[in-house]
Amino acid sequence: MDILSLFLTVPIITVLVLFFTKGLQQIRLVSMMGSIIQLGMAIHLIFAYFNERAVNDSIMVFTKDIIWFKHLNIHYAIGVDGISVALLLLTAIVVLAGVFISWKIKDLPKEFFISLLVLSIGVYGFFISLDLFTMFVFFEIAVIPMYLLIGIWGSGPKEYSAMKLTLMLMGASAVLLVGILGIYFNSNADGGALTFNILEIAQVNIPVEAQKLFFPLTFIGFAVIGALFPFHTWSPDGHASAPTAVSMLHAGVLMKLGGYGVFRVAMYLLPEGTMHWSWIFIILSVIGVIYGAFAAIKQTDLKYINAYSSVSHLGLVLFALLMLNKTSWNGAILQSLSHGFMTALFFALIGMIYERTLTRNVTKLGGLLKVIPFISVVYVIGGLASLGLPGLSGFVAEMNIFVGAFQHEDMFYRVATIISVSAIVVTAVYILRVVGIMLMGPVKNNEFLSLSRVTWYEKTGILLLLIPIVGIGVAPLWLSDMILKSVQPFIEGVL
Amino acid sequence: MTIDSFLIMRHEILLLAIILLLVAGEIFIPENKKNSMVHLAIFLFGLHTVIGFLPIEEDSMFGGSFHTNDLIHFFKSVLNVGVLILLLISADWLQEKIVSQNRGTEFFILMFSSLFGMYFMISAGDFLMFYLGLELSTLPVAALAAYNITKRISSESGIKFILSSALASGVSLFGMSMLYATSGSIYFNDIIEVIAPSNLTLLGAVLFFAGLAFKISLVPFHFWTADVYEGAPISIASYLSVISKGAAVFILMILLFTVLKPLIHAWENIVYSIALATMFIGNLFALRQQNMKRFLAFSSIAQAGFILLGLITGTQLGTATIVYFVLIYICSNLAAFGVVQSISLQTGKENMSDYEGLYRTNPNLSLVMMLALFSLAGIPPVAGFFGKFFLFTAAASEGYYLLVFFAVVNVIISLYYYLLVVRAMFLRKSDHPIPFFKNNLYMRLGLILTVIGILVLGLYSPLYDYIYELSSVFN
Repeated sequence: MDILSLFLTVPIITVLVLFFTKGLQQIRLVSMMGSIIQLGMAIHLIFAYFNERAVNDSIMVFTKDIIWFKHLNIHYAIGVDGISVALLLLTAIVVLAGVFISWKIKDLPKEFFISLLVLSIGVYGFFISLDLFTMFVFFEIAVIPMYLLIGIWGSGPKEYSAMKLTLMLMGASAVLLVGILGIYFNSNADGGALTFNILEIAQVNIPVEAQKLFFPLTFIGFAVIGALFPFHTWSPDGHASAPTAVSMLHAGVLMKLGGYGVFRVAMYLLPEGTMHWSWIFIILSVIGVIYGAFAAIKQTDLKYINAYSSVSHLGLVLFALLMLNKTSWNGAILQSLSHGFMTALFFALIGMIYERTLTRNVTKLGGLLKVIPFISVVYVIGGLASLGLPGLSGFVAEMNIFVGAFQHEDMFYRVATIISVSAIVVTAVYILRVVGIMLMGPVKNNEFLSLSRVTWYEKTGILLLLIPIVGIGVAPLWLSDMILKSVQPFIEGVL
Repeated sequence: MTIDSFLIMRHEILLLAIILLLVAGEIFIPENKKNSMVHLAIFLFGLHTVIGFLPIEEDSMFGGSFHTNDLIHFFKSVLNVGVLILLLISADWLQEKIVSQNRGTEFFILMFSSLFGMYFMISAGDFLMFYLGLELSTLPVAALAAYNITKRISSESGIKFILSSALASGVSLFGMSMLYATSGSIYFNDIIEVIAPSNLTLLGAVLFFAGLAFKISLVPFHFWTADVYEGAPISIASYLSVISKGAAVFILMILLFTVLKPLIHAWENIVYSIALATMFIGNLFALRQQNMKRFLAFSSIAQAGFILLGLITGTQLGTATIVYFVLIYICSNLAAFGVVQSISLQTGKENMSDYEGLYRTNPNLSLVMMLALFSLAGIPPVAGFFGKFFLFTAAASEGYYLLVFFAVVNVIISLYYYLLVVRAMFLRKSDHPIPFFKNNLYMRLGLILTVIGILVLGLYSPLYDYIYELSSVFN
């Protein structure tokens, strides 16, 4: 078994074992063990990657290629570069934190953890795939458990949100399917065989007309899950209704599939389509950045605030990718990682606050710093990372994005950059406003004085997410270096 | 012609032997032991299915009226597997409701006769044999549709079926006679050589197509479907929706890809528009169905629309994907019908709202249903996804990107109503859920077979490669 296929086999085995567990204790233990092993593998993969990179300088390493459907030339082709390695680590950390945060789940716990792990199988598989077909399969596997996760364990208008989210994301994947088929049937443009393999297609000069036709389909197909305006509407509803761990996993990991797919497939394989269409998507992503930030100001529900802030932050990822510049691409990946940890942290904290105070309404909360200091302090740190305070992960990412974006000499790009930079100010407004109302000030409700303490599993979950945020902020170079090297061949492919 | 050449009719001869054995059994087995007829029939048919998989020589008989090759042979085995699963999920119903009225054996005889007709239909080498097979496969089903004789709705369903299928056969026969008029032969091999696009041939082809479109319940020939499915016993509804439809799709494909191939520019427009209409109308009507049988009826209309995406291509890829899709569709749809059957038998409930909270009382049954629906909707990693994806690939390979786009829009529409059932079973809680019950051995075996099919058929790629290689015979 190679090092990458283990990322699929371990969760699959965990799921199978979970089927036969009995009792809450066993279920928790198995899910925890499975996720810890995954995290161990992800950390091991980082070191293995550095060792391998030292001797092997192909685009992807640890590649493996098995023929699956030979007449259609579909392969199970896997491989990673620095970007996927980093995202795999993000996934493993968020999944483990999610398991800890869901420790107390009572209703149908077995099914909950199984769905959670199935979702993670989809995400792992997506990040390691080099074959468009396999990638598409994993993409859908990652989406469909959301329906059950939100529908069964969610809160509020959960049936509506679950259906809306599933249909919009599956709709996006349907559009994507047409795009993928279009790429596939043009992959023999240079006289070779039809192929789904990304690296092989990248060598082919797909006809410009086909690129112009299929780029928007592929881009939108991926960007919907990356919350591209105006296709972001599933995200606030979905996040608000989802149970804590699912919001974490969804905002933290699943939405990253969008940006990843956009540069790995849409832009890399269809460079001329990218050039032709990028202006319209730049406008949309800038709108998303600004709109998300302003929408977050007006919300009172903590989860909605965070969901709109995700729309804004992920708009920035798409924006950075569309700037077609090495530095900004580096920033986009860093922003994906940083946002993954940050937003998962926020959702975990919101879940903990909600469990204790039974409300997510900011105006009803107050003075939490005095009663639940651990949660409050971490919330402030997460907030500061979100608004880009130096020393935390958000700064590193946004710095790279804007420095890169401004290098563009075209006026249109500069204006777009200036507009999206202004979102940082708005971000500061909504973050500090929440911190001010919710954490500072007098304790609004006497019931808050007797809130339960933070338990060990909650603390573990929180620390898992907090460490990388600070880690990336303090020592970004090793990560940035790894990503930059991997971005290089892709940006060259597009330009 | 030696005695050996009869071996290419092995499927037909064996099935005939089974039918005769059952007649003998009906005569000699005493009244109070009639339950054993069910076991006997299932056992014999199981044996027949297994033997059916043995390879067979490619050959033709009766001066070309009857011919067989590897693909046809494979498809007969696929039908066998479908009927076997169907018998397994019907066994409980037969034992409890039908045998006590002393009508068990007729059920098997009628069903096997219909299957017998299908064998001849898909093996036909001329229009006469084809028509005989078509009629033989249709008429017994009308009797079966009216099998719940105590229910008015069942008789109504039988009448509706026989009237509309008589009309369809008539139309089809009219079309065949026109094809004969222009080519001077009823043999497929002769027609292929002389057929040329003329008004009369086109009219003949269209009428012929209409007759078969009725059997596949393509729009606008679908009006009988929901009513007949609702009234007929669930076993028969599932027979109509998978076996009968599968066989009709297969023979339609063979004829379009071989005999009518020179007319491809004419019928591809027809298939294009009918595919669109069938997908949209099937799906949109399915949205608001409450009765599970009607729900599955419209869903099966929509599925037929997807099959047309493979049919429009006229290529080897199209042939392979259609056969592959039909195989997967048999498993998925029978799983769904099996769950509906078992719940209806235990509680008499057939509405979607009755399924609320099912997961909490009957988790296994709900999981089977969910897998079946996901497979019908085309969600990976279950088999339905691969079937649909390859159909789309086949259509896209001929440049029908717009059609594929509309098809994926339909996949999303269908996902909505399939999720409605999942919502009822998993998300909702009910004050009066269907209580826990245990299925009998046959039902469990049948459902397990379908689940294995749903899980394995897609991921196990050599099967598709095998079908693809078999499909070369028509191109």
